[in-house]
Amino acid sequence: MAAAARTRVPVLELKGLKKRYNGRLVLDGINLSLAEHEVVCLIGASGSGKSTLLRCADLLEPIDGGSISLDGGRVAYEDRDVDATRRKLGIVFQGFNLFPHLTVVENVALAPRVALGLTPAAATRRAKDLLKSLGLAEKAREYPDRLSGGQQQRVAIARALATEPKVLLLDEITSALDPVLVAEVLETLRALAASGMTMLIATHEMAFAADVADRICYLEDGRLIEEGTPKRIFGSPRDRRTKEFLRRVRSISGGRRAPGR
Amino acid sequence: MATGSARKGLLVATLSTLVVAAVLAYTVGTSPAWPEVQKAFFDGRYFSTSLPAVAEAFTINVRLFIIAELLILPIGLLIALARSITAPALAPLRIFATIYVDFFRGVPSILIIYVLGFGVPALQLDGVPKEPFFWALVTLVLIYSAYVSEVYRAGIESIHPSQERAARALGLTRVQALRYVVIPQAMRRVIPPLLNDFIGLQKDTALVSILGVVETFKQAQILKAASFNFTPLMTTALIFLIITIPMTRLVDRLAAKDRNAQLGGTR
Repeated sequence: MAAAARTRVPVLELKGLKKRYNGRLVLDGINLSLAEHEVVCLIGASGSGKSTLLRCADLLEPIDGGSISLDGGRVAYEDRDVDATRRKLGIVFQGFNLFPHLTVVENVALAPRVALGLTPAAATRRAKDLLKSLGLAEKAREYPDRLSGGQQQRVAIARALATEPKVLLLDEITSALDPVLVAEVLETLRALAASGMTMLIATHEMAFAADVADRICYLEDGRLIEEGTPKRIFGSPRDRRTKEFLRRVRSISGGRRAPGR
Repeated sequence: MATGSARKGLLVATLSTLVVAAVLAYTVGTSPAWPEVQKAFFDGRYFSTSLPAVAEAFTINVRLFIIAELLILPIGLLIALARSITAPALAPLRIFATIYVDFFRGVPSILIIYVLGFGVPALQLDGVPKEPFFWALVTLVLIYSAYVSEVYRAGIESIHPSQERAARALGLTRVQALRYVVIPQAMRRVIPPLLNDFIGLQKDTALVSILGVVETFKQAQILKAASFNFTPLMTTALIFLIITIPMTRLVDRLAAKDRNAQLGGTR
């Protein structure tokens, strides 16, 4: 199944992606494609370019070289219809970034109502369905600051799903949570992966990546160093830099979160 | 223990206030010229005779500041938005808004009232109103829209950019992100400073007296000129205080509430 899917037109394709900040190259020629229903995890140290990659892929920032394609069509930050393109891409941030002046259900219903033009009733219905499927139905009328970090992050996932995106981009979404809350968010992602959602996930949770990903990409200094199945990357990494990174991760976590020893 | 120390605090505060007030009253009351000053500024007879006319003229001030405030609220917001435009093609709008704010905040109000209030009607253009009230209104709106636009702008800029980014990521346009995410949050924060500017505006309605609008200050001056007694001016001062003090307290309360909300919240 997965092999067959990969021969089709990629949902999201990055070619030779380059990004500079103040003259410094933070993404240096990234080639990466996601097939439908594929889950790809980006791993790498902080500052390796994972977040920048996701923000560029979501067309939130202009790129300095290369191209981005969605369903085979070139898209860019500079496009006139960039807002329409962004509706096809969902992103969840490390810091949740929920709208504090809106209730949970209003947070989720905002984009369907305003960006997609659904009637308020239809937008609310969609939001409630999503919240229910993520186990947040009883929190619909609360304001975000009354929720735990894990609940807030799950609301952010529901909000990103509300425009029915083709790809979900997740930017270290468990990094701001304490370990108990990490589990509930990861569980939500597992369920999403099982439902066939195409996802590109930047994460520090190696065990989770090994478990949920079809493919792991190791990033260092803005370059994609190595990619492969979780088994291969964690079991027999080929590149010296990948080996070194995984060795360091294992020594820090005492092997707890790092699989494939 | 807590209520005991609170009661003690109140007692000390009351005592020290009374002492200061007594010293002040004694100093002023025993000054050599106090009887004359009292007669010239605080004459009960003149107070009661001037009150009806001064109070009636104050309705002009009230009309002036209420109409002005209703106009300033949207105009100030539009100017603030014009100043936050990033699209290169609309740069002239941004530059115009910036010059406008710099000019009207930088020139003394009384000068602007003079120039616009006397200058524009003097051009004798067809269809341009000549009534002093109209020009009083226009100048106050122009001056205070500049101040209020800065209040709005500070409010908009106080909302973290991640909020706008989250809205744009959902596919909202920049205008939609401002309309549904940034401005509603900014509004809550700007209410206290906005009301503060409105207190200033309410007092500044007295400035338009120079155009010949018989508002409360002008009325008091007329009465003063007729009686050679300054008490009518004190009557006007009292009327202004009756309006502005509750407003000031409201601003304090809202600001304190805002502070508590921020301390209690997670952000």
